[in-house]
Amino acid sequence: MSKSILWRILRGFGMFWWDFLVGDTPELFVSTVFILAITAVISEVGHQHSGAVVVFLPVLVVASLVISVTRAVRKART
Amino acid sequence: MFVASTSVSGISVMVVAVFVACVVEMVEALTIVVAVGHTSGWRPAIRGVAAALGALGLLVAGFGPALVQIPINTLRLIVGGVLLIFGLQWLRKAILRSTGLKAKHDEDLIFAETVQEIESVTDLAQRERVAFMMAFKGVFLEGLEVVITVLTLGTSARHLSLAVLTALVAAVLVAVVGAIVARQLSSVPENAMKMTVGVMLVSYGTFWSGEGLGVKWPGNDLMLLGLVGVFAVATWITIAAVKATNVKERA
Repeated sequence: MSKSILWRILRGFGMFWWDFLVGDTPELFVSTVFILAITAVISEVGHQHSGAVVVFLPVLVVASLVISVTRAVRKART
Repeated sequence: MFVASTSVSGISVMVVAVFVACVVEMVEALTIVVAVGHTSGWRPAIRGVAAALGALGLLVAGFGPALVQIPINTLRLIVGGVLLIFGLQWLRKAILRSTGLKAKHDEDLIFAETVQEIESVTDLAQRERVAFMMAFKGVFLEGLEVVITVLTLGTSARHLSLAVLTALVAAVLVAVVGAIVARQLSSVPENAMKMTVGVMLVSYGTFWSGEGLGVKWPGNDLMLLGLVGVFAVATWITIAAVKATNVKERA
């Protein structure tokens, strides 16, 4: 397989995942990475607070949805 | 390798999510295929569908067994993250559509655009190639989201065969119903279905990314149903809040 074909396939694969995960909602990508990072830190260092993770993980997910919808609503009205 | 089992509640949510996601995407794809079939005959349409289904099948056959080899917690963290982003995107879009801030998916418009595009090609051989490509692209692109849903949900629940079977049943059902009702596809409550899938994908995403990071959910898999309830209520409140601000804006 020539180098240019391989490059095009790799580029296409990368572009697909970029569009799929980031696309026109980069805030959802960033907030998900943030939520997972915070959950990882708390799970790692604070086992005594693992019950709190059960509550705030869904709360953070809802917050990220609300932020993204609010952003879209503002954009649609301007 | 440790193989985690998924309880009946977890499997039920997975089956419903895969089934509804497949129905929604296949309705979109079928609109294009029916338009292609009506405009330039069923041969290029069926060839396009067969080629796309073959390509999608290869993706599942290639990636499915490879994903199953990944340790369960790592797999669930990665899949959970992907499902969270994917599900939140679906939910956001469905919320914006149901509040009138984004145009709803219009099957009649897609049908008309597809017919117009094919009819603009005058050369018959060229028209057949365009028709094949449109049927192929329609099924392949819409099917990719189904493949990702099937692969992520199926491998993480360790029930890939069931997920594939569910998707196939949904695809056959849509094809049969579509063949009978043909042009009435626009009456399918697509946005409500997309919202349901969005809630389920976000629930699974939250649950599995949490499990992948060592979170011990109370009630284990039963918590999935609780998460579905939480995200359904949150979606409903968000829609109501946006609609209320829409009314205020207009006043």
